[in-house]
Amino acid sequence: MTLQIPDLSPMMPELLMTALALIVLLLDLLIRKKEVIALISMAGVALVAFYLFGPKGTAFGNMFISDGYSTFFKLIFVVNVILSVLISIKYIAVEGVNYGEYYALILFSTIGMMIMASAGDLIVLYLGLELMALSTYVLAGFIRHDIKSNEAALKYFLLGAFSSAFLLYGISLVYGLTGATDLRGIAAFINERGLNENFSLLLSVIFLTVAFGFKIAAAPFHMWAPDVYEGAPTSITAFMSVGPKAAGFAVLGRVFMIAFASVKVDWAHILIPLSILTMAVGNIVALSQTNIKRMLAYSSIAHAGYALLGIITANNEGLASVMNYLMIYAFMNIGAFAVIVMLRSEGFKGESIYDYEGLSKTHPLAAVLMLIFMFSLTGIPPTAGFIGKLYVFMSAINAGYTWLVVVAVIFSAISAYFYLRVVMYMYMREPKETVKLTTSFSNGIALGITAVAVLFIGIMPSYLLDLAKAAIKGF
Amino acid sequence: MEQVIMNQLGYPILSTVIFLPVFGALLILLNRRSWELLTKWIALGTGIATFLLSAPLFTNFDMSTHKMQFAERHIWIPDWNINYFLGVDGISVLFVLLSTLTAIVCVLISWDSIKTKVKEFYIAILLTTSFMIGVFCSLDFFLFYLFWEAMLIPMFLIIGVWGGPNRIYAAIKFFLYTLVGSVLMLVGIIVLYLYSGKTFNILEMMTMTYPLTMQMWLFWAFFAAFAVKVPMWPVHTWLPDAHTEAPTAGSVILAAVLIKMGAYGFLRFSLPLLPEASRAMTPVMLTLSVIGIIYGAVICLAQTDLKRLIAYSSVSHMGFVTLGIFALNIQGLEGGVLQMLNHGVVTGALFLSVGIVYDRTHTRKIADYGGLASVMPIYSSFFMVFTLAAIGLPATNGFIGEFLILLGGFTASKLAGVLASTGIIIGAGYMLWLYQRIFFMETNKKVVGLPDMNVRETISLIPMLLLVFWIGVYPNSFLGFLHASVQHLLERVNTGGIQEANIAKAIVEVVR
Repeated sequence: MTLQIPDLSPMMPELLMTALALIVLLLDLLIRKKEVIALISMAGVALVAFYLFGPKGTAFGNMFISDGYSTFFKLIFVVNVILSVLISIKYIAVEGVNYGEYYALILFSTIGMMIMASAGDLIVLYLGLELMALSTYVLAGFIRHDIKSNEAALKYFLLGAFSSAFLLYGISLVYGLTGATDLRGIAAFINERGLNENFSLLLSVIFLTVAFGFKIAAAPFHMWAPDVYEGAPTSITAFMSVGPKAAGFAVLGRVFMIAFASVKVDWAHILIPLSILTMAVGNIVALSQTNIKRMLAYSSIAHAGYALLGIITANNEGLASVMNYLMIYAFMNIGAFAVIVMLRSEGFKGESIYDYEGLSKTHPLAAVLMLIFMFSLTGIPPTAGFIGKLYVFMSAINAGYTWLVVVAVIFSAISAYFYLRVVMYMYMREPKETVKLTTSFSNGIALGITAVAVLFIGIMPSYLLDLAKAAIKGF
Repeated sequence: MEQVIMNQLGYPILSTVIFLPVFGALLILLNRRSWELLTKWIALGTGIATFLLSAPLFTNFDMSTHKMQFAERHIWIPDWNINYFLGVDGISVLFVLLSTLTAIVCVLISWDSIKTKVKEFYIAILLTTSFMIGVFCSLDFFLFYLFWEAMLIPMFLIIGVWGGPNRIYAAIKFFLYTLVGSVLMLVGIIVLYLYSGKTFNILEMMTMTYPLTMQMWLFWAFFAAFAVKVPMWPVHTWLPDAHTEAPTAGSVILAAVLIKMGAYGFLRFSLPLLPEASRAMTPVMLTLSVIGIIYGAVICLAQTDLKRLIAYSSVSHMGFVTLGIFALNIQGLEGGVLQMLNHGVVTGALFLSVGIVYDRTHTRKIADYGGLASVMPIYSSFFMVFTLAAIGLPATNGFIGEFLILLGGFTASKLAGVLASTGIIIGAGYMLWLYQRIFFMETNKKVVGLPDMNVRETISLIPMLLLVFWIGVYPNSFLGFLHASVQHLLERVNTGGIQEANIAKAIVEVVR
């Protein structure tokens, strides 16, 4: 028997990322200046990004798929990790938790997401999901001396474990029914035996929906999000409002579109009420929030609702619109968090929206950036948020869900109120006390990148649209 | 394309007019915060330059054709078949000119009255101007929507940052009202886009016929956006608040241009794209217009706040505009468009005038004034002219517009014509009564010794004054722009030949 070494070239980015994470973990012992570790991490991630455009293909007998779809999501993760690290460098020093593991954990979590995006098999999917989740649990509780951070980690962990159980239950049901864990095998078996109407299959679809719904923070599986977002370090809130959500959508799209392609009607009917509920809960509850991180938590729930429309369409155009949406969401949401991070200074939390009163007077630049991100999150042109929403709505209407889009735009108009409220506090109130901003070069770069991206994509969306369309080809 | 005449001038005139204000805003952005005077001069210079550069639109316009002129076309987002496509016809060209003129006036009138965040203010004014012009020039639905929505951002800030005591409430109300309408229109736009074979090109969309049921739905989707902007009764309630609380320049922009965009939307989109639905909905629209006319006028009689009164008079006057538009005949339509222009000039001028005394007294209460005619004689004569124009006295522009509209209105529905005429009578009542309370009677202690208008203020009112008489005495130099385009529009609306029975059936279907 000869041992064959499988062709690993499709998973080069993941391998590199793992190596990078391990190196960072080791370097933490040697290097005292943690900023250097951050720089090394970013340089490494940039290298990974370069390898993303390397050879496509499958590895381990279709368990791992590297295609345009996964590559696009990995690009989102790379953007996410770089921007999150940029806003972290100063912030974790201010929080007094400047430990090197922080960066290693972010990298490990990202590896998990990348594996999820590439998973062609439910077992691999679970592997990636747990790697991502476990690292994020730790990161959520990274401010050890803060009780809220601890609460966030524990809550996230308990509920996350619960959702993993649902996932495993779902997987085992599917396996019991079809005898397969790889997505194409499942699809083939369902078709062959005509299991479309099978009740257990429907049950497993529901279980998987629960598990993925938890990751993307869709109502009614969103309960963890506000507390965790509020308690976690702000930079991590930014990180996990984008990364795990995008990863959740990646698996949602792939599993439902490939494995359960023939039960489309069923899962679309499950997702439609889910998405309406998600938009409703996110947008309506956000109206009454006074903590900006909590407000953005609900906003993040709401955005999951909009993005779900693209999945509901159950076609490639819809998927492309979701991918496009998530990329845009990464820029605008992390941009907003980059402003929030600046308000945190020694002995000042800066999380209440009242802290933004009169910001335009004391710090006009920060205020105008926040304004851009808030309008982008609302979806007002000429910002990227509008393009994202437009594409999703367009594909949903094209698939015949006009009424659902009407519901979505109404909620989107409601959402204007709470985003505008931040703008209103910044521009239309007088400053009560002077807020000191913690500025840093790295955070400035993050703000620059995100603001330029939001405006550029808003005015010239062609590049991103082309990218998303090319990525979905042959899915 | 046979429907357009490409731009023949040496420079892309429409793009220049749209983006020059943005350029001015960037210059102001780079300017130092403490150099406020330079900021103002940049703003004024940009405004004047934009106006001068837009002048060829007036002089070089070919009145003999309904085709889009000065057109520019570039590929923009090929994935969605979106083009950067600009052009003006007889209906839109006048509003481009009105917008560029308004920008100058707004800068002039804010010169001394804006004291905080001066830089941001002029940036907001210039950006609003740019987006407004963009709305009138866009021939691509996506581009149109982009400008339409983008304009909300600076306008929201203008009302909310520099407005009166209740400004935040007014700003948010304004934003949410218009946003809800706009997003519903967005759904309508996407539906049209997909149905018409994925094109956002308005001219191409107009060559198609849409199923009647779909037209009905789309009509109401568009109605949501346009009626809110006009504003038509019963979705007018944002207007009194926004007008009242906005700074003078904001009120002027709102009155002169922004609310015209709603009526323009009806003309540009609802009528030609959805002709059958428009015809079927005429009774409803006429009813709403008449209610708006009378309701607005009656409410005016009860106002104690100067700006609020003029705001409600806008509701009444814009009722005339929609009445003219949905009379769906040549007099009504031309009158409607001309009245849009008139209302922009007259109500804009009235808000300017109110701003001038407000700067001096800082009160908007009518009861705080009185006897102003002896204190500020020049001012009171200007105000008199605008009052008479608002009433629609012959030889002023208001007369021409209202006369044409009533002519059209009578042809369409006698009852609507009669009822609308009562609006004019009440209008004369509240305006003259207002004039009496402010300028005659006993001189109020609060206005004793106020200085009369200075040169800057006079200059900002003179163009309005000239336009009042120009349109009033020789309307043909403006109506001439309209004939060909309006004729073409009417042909489009009146062809299609669906029988009444089918329309009735479709209404039942929609209702069900």
